[in-house]
Amino acid sequence: MVIEVISWAFMLSGSFFVIIGAVGTLRFPDFWARLHAVSITDSAGVILLFAGMCMQAGLTLITVKLIIIGVFLFITGPTATHAVANAALVSGLRPKEAEGFTGVEPEPLTKTDADPASSEQR
Amino acid sequence: MMFAVAIIAVFIAMALVLVRLVGGPTLYDRVIAVNSFGTHTVLLIGLMGFLTERPDFLDIALLYALINFVGTIAILKFFRYRAIGDKRPVEDGGEQ
Repeated sequence: MVIEVISWAFMLSGSFFVIIGAVGTLRFPDFWARLHAVSITDSAGVILLFAGMCMQAGLTLITVKLIIIGVFLFITGPTATHAVANAALVSGLRPKEAEGFTGVEPEPLTKTDADPASSEQR
Repeated sequence: MMFAVAIIAVFIAMALVLVRLVGGPTLYDRVIAVNSFGTHTVLLIGLMGFLTERPDFLDIALLYALINFVGTIAILKFFRYRAIGDKRPVEDGGEQ
């Protein structure tokens, strides 16, 4: 019975984080803040919901599948977020308060060897 | 019963992310909205599998997670590559 209650607690908190992430994606001012909100659902929401489901399933093949999906999402979530952030930064999207952005500028977009794909055709 | 609650929560989150998908000013807002919608779909498939006691749904969820990640990276690569193509000076544009 205790396992049931614990898994329900995990499921509730997981769905809470999923909703919070979605609300954050909707309400945050600019792209960079929304990027953080999206990764909340990717990390906390997924892990808590899957933990709750693992407890419901107990030590069976289902739990192994859940863990596989959880590990995969745990790896690809931040990777995808990083890829989007990098693409946005290189294409010139700057955070709102960073108008006087004095940090290191990434290499300009038009430099041909900036993208390995384009240099392959040479 | 708890799965139903979680499924409703995921549906609500999907609706909110769809609003961001439609309203997103920049392209990259839409890309993260699509990525987030895909993750929500993975969760939904997993939860439905548990709700209807059909463990083979989890294979579908795993497949969807794989495809969602690849799709996001493909969208980024397409726009980055074409973006490079558009901004390049004319004499160098022959490489399209």
